Amino acid sequence: MDLLTPELGLFFWTLIAFLAVFLILRKFAWKPILSSLGDREKGIADSIATAERVKTEMSQLQSENEKLLVQAREERTTMLREAKDMKDRIIGEAKEMAKTEANKIIIDAQQQILQQKNAAMTEVKNEIGLLAVSVAEKIIRKQLSAAEGQETYMKMLAEDIKLN
Amino acid sequence: MVFEEKTHIFAQNFEVVMSYKRIFSLFVVVFGLSLSVGSAFAQSQENTAPTSAEAAPAPAEKKGINITELVFGHVSDSHEWHWFSLKNADGTEHPYASPLPMIIYQPGIGLSFFSSNKFEEWHKDADGKRISNVYNGLYIEKNMKEKVLAVDGSKVYDLSITKNVLSMLIGVFILLWAMTSAAKKYKTDKIAAPKGFQNFVEVLVIFIRDEVARPNLGKKYLRFMPLLLTIFFFIWINNLLGLLPGGANFTGNIAVTACLALVAFVVMMANSNKHFWGHLLNPPNVPFLVKCLLVLIEVMSLCIKPVALMIRLFANMLAGHIVILSVICLIFIFALMNVYVGGGFVIVSLAFSIFMFMLELLVAVIQAFIFANLTAVFIGQAIEEGHAHDEHGHHEEAIIM
Repeated sequence: MDLLTPELGLFFWTLIAFLAVFLILRKFAWKPILSSLGDREKGIADSIATAERVKTEMSQLQSENEKLLVQAREERTTMLREAKDMKDRIIGEAKEMAKTEANKIIIDAQQQILQQKNAAMTEVKNEIGLLAVSVAEKIIRKQLSAAEGQETYMKMLAEDIKLN
Repeated sequence: MVFEEKTHIFAQNFEVVMSYKRIFSLFVVVFGLSLSVGSAFAQSQENTAPTSAEAAPAPAEKKGINITELVFGHVSDSHEWHWFSLKNADGTEHPYASPLPMIIYQPGIGLSFFSSNKFEEWHKDADGKRISNVYNGLYIEKNMKEKVLAVDGSKVYDLSITKNVLSMLIGVFILLWAMTSAAKKYKTDKIAAPKGFQNFVEVLVIFIRDEVARPNLGKKYLRFMPLLLTIFFFIWINNLLGLLPGGANFTGNIAVTACLALVAFVVMMANSNKHFWGHLLNPPNVPFLVKCLLVLIEVMSLCIKPVALMIRLFANMLAGHIVILSVICLIFIFALMNVYVGGGFVIVSLAFSIFMFMLELLVAVIQAFIFANLTAVFIGQAIEEGHAHDEHGHHEEAIIM
């Protein structure tokens, strides 16, 4: 039983020492250790959360970028197509216009040529007529210069009159 | 054929196992017997030895060793720090011990301080107790442990710095130095990874926090962390110091464990809430007669909690010390029978005491952990909120206590 009866002195000193250790270590050891452990854990958790957030943001941005890229590509192809269409149309129109213009010019030219030809023909006819009259005059003159010629002619004229 | 071979091997193995077991049980029996023989031997020595100091010491007393006295002299508190004793030429023992300061308070006389080497002459009184010389009207009676008594029988309060107190003070200084130096690094750089001793401390702090405080104390765990950490490290360092050769059996002393249990109990009571007392004194949905019985049992269990804390640490540490001392004493018991047997037993005894020492290293930390854990469990029971409260989200600011 001797061992089971606590001594006052040891109890007293243990109590004092334990409380002193408790108070000193609480202030100078446990609080700084626990608070910085907490801070560190919080810091690590925050960093991980931030990294996670940034990652999702990055992936979001990337998908957006890709979307934009696809859109741009589509736009480019449509623009190219439109440009090509426009070019074709313009060229076609120009060709059309040139054709009609050319036709018009050709028709004009043909008409003019025809006119010129007709004019030239009438002139030629007139010239030939005049020439023939002058030749006939000359011939008649020569024929009529002699007496028999006159007589024949008169006979001929007379015959014509008789015939009528 | 194969089956036969297997059974044969099995039988062989079985035999080997059995033989190990037999050796072990034999060892235990020898150990137990030798202890009882030793103590009986010591007892008889005491009985036959002349009890008064005036009588000449019998030659038998010098030959025998008093195991009880030796073991309990080592495990109990002392007013001096005994290192070893040498035998003088005339056969008397001369102890080499460091005197420790004595602080005695006597009602009416007041405090007195003096060195313990004022008590240097020892003799045995009529009851077989060892009695010191009288100094200042005081003397020390040494039975299983030392008591300071007044010659006139008046009350004496002994507040001396005994071996245990000094050992504790050494432990306290080591603890303070180690922990504050570890904590200093946290102040200089808060987020940096721990290194060196800081790492060691941090692992234990996190262990106590995650395995002891959080599961038992819930949301308010941070408030009790300093107490749990102090209990754990205080007990551990003192357990380890007690294992050193020549060390004091500080944590195996009931005054110490009583003090620690009292601190735990006071903290538990100071933080107990309405819910705890309501359930303890008025358990809901229980018939009246059962309720009376239940309240009685609950109140008893409440008182048993600190007692359990006290006894567990005390008994574990005391038992460890006694076992190691006994195993070492075996050498001398056998040496008394025959020098060669004793010498031969040195190997067995050393092997066993090394094993026990390793076990005690483990027990030192386990008991510190268990004390801290049970403290956390008891406080956790006292601060536990009812489920209705939990649903309301009872938030309290985390204050480090």
